[in-house]
Amino acid sequence: MNKTWNNRAWFMVLPVLLLVAFNAVIPLMTVVNYSVQETFGNNLFFFEGVKWFQEVLRSDRFHASLMRQLLFTFLILAIEIPLGVAIALAMPRSGFWVPVCLVLMALPLLIPWNVVGAMWNIFALPDIGLLGYGLNALGFDYNFTRGPLAAWFTVVLMDVWHWTSLVVLLAYAGLRSIPDAYYQAARIDGASPWAVFWYIQLPKMKRVLTIAVLLRFMDSFMIYTEPFVLTGGGPGNTTTFLSIDLVKAALGEFNLGIAAAMSIIYFLMTLLVCWVFYTAMMRGEDQ
Amino acid sequence: MARIEFDRIRHSYEANPQSDADFALKEISMGWDDGGAYALLGPSGCGKTTLLNIISGLLHPTDGHILFDGADVTRAETQARNIAQVFQFPVIYDTMTVRENLAFPLVNRGVEHSEIARRVEETLRIIDLEDKADRRARGLTADEKQKISLGRGLVRNDVNAILFDEPLTVIDPHMKWVLRSKLKELHQRFAFTMIYVTHDQTEALTFADKVVVMYEGQVVQTGTPDELFLKPRHTFVGYFIGSPGMNVLPCSMDGKTAHVGDQAIKLKHGAPTDAGELALGIRPEFITLTSGRKGLPFTVGRVEDIGRFRIVHGDVAGHKVAAMLAEGAEIPAHPRAVFDPANLNLYADSWLVEPQGVAA
Amino acid sequence: MLELKSVTKTVGQEAHIDDVSLALEPGTLNVLLGPTLAGKTSLMRLMAGLDRPSDGQVIMNGVDVTGLPVRQRNVAMVYQQFINYPTLSVYENIASPLRVAKIAAGEIDRRVREAADLLQLAPYLDRTPLQLSGGQQQRTALARALVKGAELVLLDEPLANLDYKLREELRAELPRIFAESGAIFVYATTEPSEALLLGGNTATLSQGRMTQFGATLDVYRNPVDLITAQTFSDPPLNTIAAVKEGGKLLVDEGRLSVKAPAAASGLADGPCTVAFRPHHLLRDKPGRGAVTFKGTVAVTELTGSESFIHVDMHGARWVALMHGVHAVPSGAEIALHVEPQRFMLFDAQGRLARADIKEAA
Repeated sequence: MNKTWNNRAWFMVLPVLLLVAFNAVIPLMTVVNYSVQETFGNNLFFFEGVKWFQEVLRSDRFHASLMRQLLFTFLILAIEIPLGVAIALAMPRSGFWVPVCLVLMALPLLIPWNVVGAMWNIFALPDIGLLGYGLNALGFDYNFTRGPLAAWFTVVLMDVWHWTSLVVLLAYAGLRSIPDAYYQAARIDGASPWAVFWYIQLPKMKRVLTIAVLLRFMDSFMIYTEPFVLTGGGPGNTTTFLSIDLVKAALGEFNLGIAAAMSIIYFLMTLLVCWVFYTAMMRGEDQ
Repeated sequence: MARIEFDRIRHSYEANPQSDADFALKEISMGWDDGGAYALLGPSGCGKTTLLNIISGLLHPTDGHILFDGADVTRAETQARNIAQVFQFPVIYDTMTVRENLAFPLVNRGVEHSEIARRVEETLRIIDLEDKADRRARGLTADEKQKISLGRGLVRNDVNAILFDEPLTVIDPHMKWVLRSKLKELHQRFAFTMIYVTHDQTEALTFADKVVVMYEGQVVQTGTPDELFLKPRHTFVGYFIGSPGMNVLPCSMDGKTAHVGDQAIKLKHGAPTDAGELALGIRPEFITLTSGRKGLPFTVGRVEDIGRFRIVHGDVAGHKVAAMLAEGAEIPAHPRAVFDPANLNLYADSWLVEPQGVAA
Repeated sequence: MLELKSVTKTVGQEAHIDDVSLALEPGTLNVLLGPTLAGKTSLMRLMAGLDRPSDGQVIMNGVDVTGLPVRQRNVAMVYQQFINYPTLSVYENIASPLRVAKIAAGEIDRRVREAADLLQLAPYLDRTPLQLSGGQQQRTALARALVKGAELVLLDEPLANLDYKLREELRAELPRIFAESGAIFVYATTEPSEALLLGGNTATLSQGRMTQFGATLDVYRNPVDLITAQTFSDPPLNTIAAVKEGGKLLVDEGRLSVKAPAAASGLADGPCTVAFRPHHLLRDKPGRGAVTFKGTVAVTELTGSESFIHVDMHGARWVALMHGVHAVPSGAEIALHVEPQRFMLFDAQGRLARADIKEAA
């Protein structure tokens, strides 16, 4: 409501609009175009209506990768959010160790996705990788290229290692914004540490945690590079998530129609969830 | 309820305090009577919040001991001291209703359900929030939130003291009056020991039976509001209490006669010969402007009309002097300032000179 | 001259500013007085051009500037928070608006030193704001606003975050500083006493509406309606509901009957409000004509020089402000008196019926 108006500002936004048009709207329209047509090569296209959509929605393969995707997202949210909050709570509130902790926390976030995948690939190799070798030495039969469970374990662990820091940093920022008087009042009211967490820290972190969940949901729902580098979607199809499946369909099998329809369904699902989150967040603020 | 005793308390925020200047709180020994209403008054940085935090146990003093009814609690944690505190900005538990907020300290202490319900109901009535009991606390106004903070202390009904840290900072002027008189009423009804920290003289004087004036880490005077007003022991007290503050006129003494510039004023007593720098202190309230021949010539400067009285700023023998004029009173054409002899104080090196020699 | 013509600002369904018309002359100090959320800050933002009014016009020196953004106006603003550039020295802080305006170095130096002298900042010019006390930080912000030579200087509760005594000192200096500048000053505050001490003109605001505008003392002494009288009273205005029946004013369901003065003849029969200021409620009967109220003391506050006696009278809570020490115990019965000419009568809509009641009840 407190915005300055100035019509010239629109000119400033114009380059961004153009950019968005070129790298988002136009590709999206191409995908929409593909999703309703059939091609047999030679740039010949036939209109097919919603055939591809029906096919995708009825396909067991799509259902399977969607279920894997949902399971994966659920798992990493269930681990990363509480873990991130726990680490943020354990971090010092002031002093020399604060910057040290923050830098350590930020490190994984700075590593490119494909490097993370490659790193973990080597790290988890049962013969030479520290993790793989160590687990086997401890008596576990661990090989992420053969056992589906081991593969899942590795992919989830990798994501937790890579992204929990983001949750930690957000939660820490939320915690730091709580005035000291709240902690003092709680001590005076005789509140247990658990009560302090439940009635002061968690409510005050609610907003940043909503953002953390939203970010982690979107990222994990669209995850591609790391599991692709690590497991390539295997063994079999056990770690083939939606985006990997999509690329397989589009580039591996050249099923452009199917892939396009899948993309659009995928896109709409993400959009829907974001919208639900956004309204929930806004409603929370209105109160 | 308990009597609180300070035994040579000192505090420094530095690890190795060397000189006196390193201490945010210089040595203080004093007692706080059970059931008293106290105000700690002083400018920011005078050490009043440090003192409050030492009582509540949020801070442990560098030196000295603090006793509750004779028991040494210097190292005891906040929870063990059984005190309540209201902070500058209202602290409420956002997710709870008003009722749950009030019940919280009791729930934490494992009080029985029926007892909690009874005491919460009673507290709601005391703080006038019965009709909002089941509302979310976060949606309320600042003064209602401050009442909830207070209520969380009252509901415990066995607290040793209730501490207030500038509790009316974020409250609108009109509500300040209501809340302040409410506090005073509560104190008279329940006789809790209340200690109220503020930089606002009106709040301090109206709330407290005893006002502790602090300046640069020291207690400069403890007294009732009218003691502080009529007999400020230090010129700082005279300046800080009263609006405008006491006029201070440097003078020299000749027996019982004070000389201000070329003017002479007869006093009831003199000062010892070795007294140091002398000054007269007179409050604007005790200066009358007359057109007679008595008094000192007064040159009128700026006049502030604030409705129920006027403040006349002027000059007496080269020194700035403010006088107060009742509503409707006229300023004479060639005014002279007459000082009420009963309320004219003599200061030596900023400390009050008592009739028998120099005060400490 | 700054003119607001029927300025309205609605956000969603809510009117933050409701049909305000106002003309402010150069070289005047204008106080916006009202409680939190009365619309003081919203009105200032409209004056500054930070917000565009939903309706109405803003006219500066005869030119319609409605919709002209703040950057193109010559406006300075000081806030409740002490806002300075933390890394710049006090000197550079004060000089910053002049540097932006690309003024010659010699001229900058002259104007900075002049402003620093005016605000007693000369000894601190080399320090950074964080090395200063709160009062000095706010002086720096004030100096920056003044040095700019703005036509319009807006001050939004500038002293609210300062200690009581510092506030008193700065408040005493401000009228002099303002007088030397010649700009239009607008000063928002929640405190009636601050408005009185500053003098000048006062506009009282309540729920986005301007209830009265005029010379400060005139607004204080002759409020046009109940809201204005209440906004401009500290301690709070004493009021009691009454019913006018012919020649009588009935209070507390007829338990107290006061002869309605002839001067109140303009008032129709029916409900009205009787009001008077706390320092007009007296313990000693001032004369034969005075109206006497009997009630119970709720609590007494003593400041040493003054006493505030809070009393319950006929179902209303009143405050009596008296000189000296009046230590009346709580629960005591007390009789208090008001001279009839002190009464203000307001009709059912809250409009002032007549300020002066000549005749006794």
